[in-house]
Amino acid sequence: MAAEKKADLVLLDFWVSPFGQRCRIAMAEKGLDFEYREEDLANKSDLLLRSNPVHKKIPVLLHAGRPVCESLVILSYLDEAFPDTPQLLPPLSAAGAGAADAAYARARARFWADYIDKKLYDCGSRLWKLKGEPQAQARAEMVEILRTLEAELGDRDFFGGGGGRLGFVDVALVPFTSWFYSYERYGGFSVEEACPKLAAWARRCGEIDSVAKHLHSPEKVYDFIGVLKKKYGIE
Amino acid sequence: MAGGGELKLLGVWTSPYVIRVRVVLNLKSLPYEYVEENLGDKSALLLGSNPVHKSVPVLLHGGRPVNESQVIVQYIDEVWPGVDGRPSVLPSDPYERAVARFWAAYVDDKVGPAWLGIVFRSKTEEERAEAVAQAVAALETLEEAFKECSKGKPFFGGDGIGFVDVVLGGYLGWFTGIDKLIGRRLIDPARTPALAAWEERFRAAEAAKGVVPDDADKVLEFRQTLLAWSASKAK
Repeated sequence: MAAEKKADLVLLDFWVSPFGQRCRIAMAEKGLDFEYREEDLANKSDLLLRSNPVHKKIPVLLHAGRPVCESLVILSYLDEAFPDTPQLLPPLSAAGAGAADAAYARARARFWADYIDKKLYDCGSRLWKLKGEPQAQARAEMVEILRTLEAELGDRDFFGGGGGRLGFVDVALVPFTSWFYSYERYGGFSVEEACPKLAAWARRCGEIDSVAKHLHSPEKVYDFIGVLKKKYGIE
Repeated sequence: MAGGGELKLLGVWTSPYVIRVRVVLNLKSLPYEYVEENLGDKSALLLGSNPVHKSVPVLLHGGRPVNESQVIVQYIDEVWPGVDGRPSVLPSDPYERAVARFWAAYVDDKVGPAWLGIVFRSKTEEERAEAVAQAVAALETLEEAFKECSKGKPFFGGDGIGFVDVVLGGYLGWFTGIDKLIGRRLIDPARTPALAAWEERFRAAEAAKGVVPDDADKVLEFRQTLLAWSASKAK
């Protein structure tokens, strides 16, 4: 245990990135200490460029100097490299019939994390970048995405997973809850009205230490988007 | 059968995402029922099994659906792991697994859209040339990735076919047709010699027999059918 807590972990990240926050929250859930390094995305460090030469993007997790890139790949890596920490994915049981059930639960979690990656960030970006009909379309899509996720959650407290409360899908999704306020402001809808169970899930997650510690306030995210819009000359 | 239940795969014979699943099922010597879907008239089983994306492949195991090809491949690898002479698709070391997942994500993020551009979305010669250039650029990066991952062995996975091999190998059916369409090899032995040699080895592998299309005319004829289906849907 003590050896794991002193594991050589460095996270190259950018403060507002929901993808980086996934990694921070996962390591907090696992009780893993790590060094956080803020990158200036307008002036990327040599370490970042060397560690992720293909995409030159954050987050990058360095474990004993070796880079792991792509946030969902990092989450799986953290489970597998630190098997004695609370697992994000339901662990595979020994063998036999139980193996298929555990594998099925894992496949389901991976499917929904992939869904979040495919849909959420891009749709959200269109909400604050576009106007008129395209923006209305983005809003309709966003409501659809959130309702689809709410349907998957069902009546559960969390999407769930391994040993702790937060599972793979919870960690993949929760950073975006700071962006809900901005989606609402730009999209002209209410998450509470459109999907009350998902809104309740977001509040529930916000009470968990690892989440509370690593998410930014919705107002801060909204201000950040305002700065981005100015920078790109979007009204 | 281990894990309880029959296997059924809903697919389309040219789909890169379907082909990779079939190669993995063959690698593991798993019998399955293959159902060719008509994308112009999707079956109730397909729509019911994958309501979110309504796409192939869908793997039904004892009637339970697993969706998203990379998720399906990992599911198969977990339910039928590499023991007693059966091969593993992902390596066992956590860092090597992370590297494999990174490159698999790269293939679908870069080769995927370029393939769609060449085959379906380009409306002009210029657009198609741009999509071809994107594909070639991605393949040049993958040439370097192959050298790093294979370390002198025949496949990305080493001695045997692995995760990145099946993910990239799934596109080879369409590449047969594209090579004829554009009058040159996408995986050009002059530009990407290691990948060109890999392509030959992959196509010749036992697990690829009968599932990686090699008849360019048939593939291009099928392309016309697919274009007609999407045109009628657009009306």
